[in-house]
Amino acid sequence: MFRNQYDTDVTTWSPTGRLFQVEYAMEAVKQGSAAIGLRSRSHVVLACVNKAQSELSSHQKKIFKVDDHIGVAIAGLTADGRVLSRYMRSEAINHSFTYESPLPVGRLVVHLADKAQVCTQRSWKRPYGVGLLVGGLDESGAHLYYNCPSGNYFEYQAFAIGSRSQAAKTYLERRFESFADSSREDLIKDAILAVRETLQGETLKSSLCTVSVLGVGEPFHFLDQETIQNVIDTFEKVADEEEGEGEAEPAAPAEEGGDGTGDQDVAPMET
Amino acid sequence: LVQFTIPIDNGDALKNAEADSQRTLYPYVTGTSIVAIKYKDGVLMASDMGGSYGSTLRYKNIERVKAIGKHSLLGASGEISDFQEILRYLDELVLNDNMWDDGNSLGPKEVHNYLTRVMYNRRNKFNPLWNTLVLGGVKNGESYLGMVSMIGVSFEDNHVATGFGNHLARPILRDEWRADLSFEDGVKLLEKCMRVLLYRDRSAINKLQIAKITEEGVTVSQPYSLKTFWEFQAFHNPTAGAQGSW
Repeated sequence: MFRNQYDTDVTTWSPTGRLFQVEYAMEAVKQGSAAIGLRSRSHVVLACVNKAQSELSSHQKKIFKVDDHIGVAIAGLTADGRVLSRYMRSEAINHSFTYESPLPVGRLVVHLADKAQVCTQRSWKRPYGVGLLVGGLDESGAHLYYNCPSGNYFEYQAFAIGSRSQAAKTYLERRFESFADSSREDLIKDAILAVRETLQGETLKSSLCTVSVLGVGEPFHFLDQETIQNVIDTFEKVADEEEGEGEAEPAAPAEEGGDGTGDQDVAPMET
Repeated sequence: LVQFTIPIDNGDALKNAEADSQRTLYPYVTGTSIVAIKYKDGVLMASDMGGSYGSTLRYKNIERVKAIGKHSLLGASGEISDFQEILRYLDELVLNDNMWDDGNSLGPKEVHNYLTRVMYNRRNKFNPLWNTLVLGGVKNGESYLGMVSMIGVSFEDNHVATGFGNHLARPILRDEWRADLSFEDGVKLLEKCMRVLLYRDRSAINKLQIAKITEEGVTVSQPYSLKTFWEFQAFHNPTAGAQGSW
């Protein structure tokens, strides 16, 4: 984007009807490391790439538990993301306390969006520089939403935000139609594969990604490194044998000792 | 976000003596017992239609059981004006819930807990809503029945009653209630309880309504009266054992 004349104040319109400060805030989201979300009818998986400032430091926390039935993954200014996560936790727990019932995720995202909108209409504020992928349950099942610095929110079957998210989106676009009826395991596998897309060639290791799951009868929790590595192992070898993305049947050098479940997509484990 | 305001907007009793006169001190127009039971298809709730003014049976057409949203019934005993205030709070709550228009709706559990919060908070300010509330309902096939008192005591059970009903109706229900009661048997059981209350509770009147809530919705019966029998031998010569010289 080029420098514009009408971009000093969030409350100044451009002649073409744009609020540049809001659009710049959305740029900040694109600079953050990738976050991915997908959902089936009963589960939502949130995954992200672990980016660390340097080799010496730990990676930033980008996925937060909001309640047993709601999680959020962020991309952009993580400090803004933390503040909004705290707000979401507060809303969820207040609702829980008053009504002894989980706050429907659809209502939470509207509160969040309204909060973001306020910052686009006050001259003494700035928009939040963070995009949020909110996954959660309500009466009608599992939902995934994307909340934007502009105050807009959208519902998705699957989405990716942050740097190199386009590669993940392309992968998800090809496969999203099957997600609604996906099993929990397939959903997790697709999430990790989507993360791999954003790494653009770098080898996928469990230390590089964080994965969280929530669903009907399953409260929000993070998957441990071992579980993630096991999923990676089921497809990493297959990826070596063919070009491009996605899983396929194992190639010609027949490897014995499969896991015996008859599942075509899972490559046999090597000892 | 729902907000409710307590009808005191001229400060508190420490700073302003007149504020004190707006606190609830004692009830004026009161309703007597509510009796409610879970049955096979949902919940049944019975109450009479009386509003007493102290010992005067002043009002005889007060509906003390009302539908709340799609899934709940609220019955109240105690101060009638406080019940009406609660209905206004719940009206706002249900309105906001409907305005979301998002497929989610407040079930009986949520309404019960909201009321518990309201009653307990008022109690903590020494300005209670002088009611004992019975909240029953059905959502997604599950029946719910609970109670909240004016001091915020709250619980759920298969059968509940307020006031005199606790002493006269609950023992009957403990013996005769079953989870698979049909509608007819449930009504008979409630009428049995209401008849005892009519005989023994001086604030009861012989004009009652029974409300039913199931997955399909709410129905409140037309007011009717119970048959009573006053020809017991023991009542024929009531002063027989109390002859006096003055």
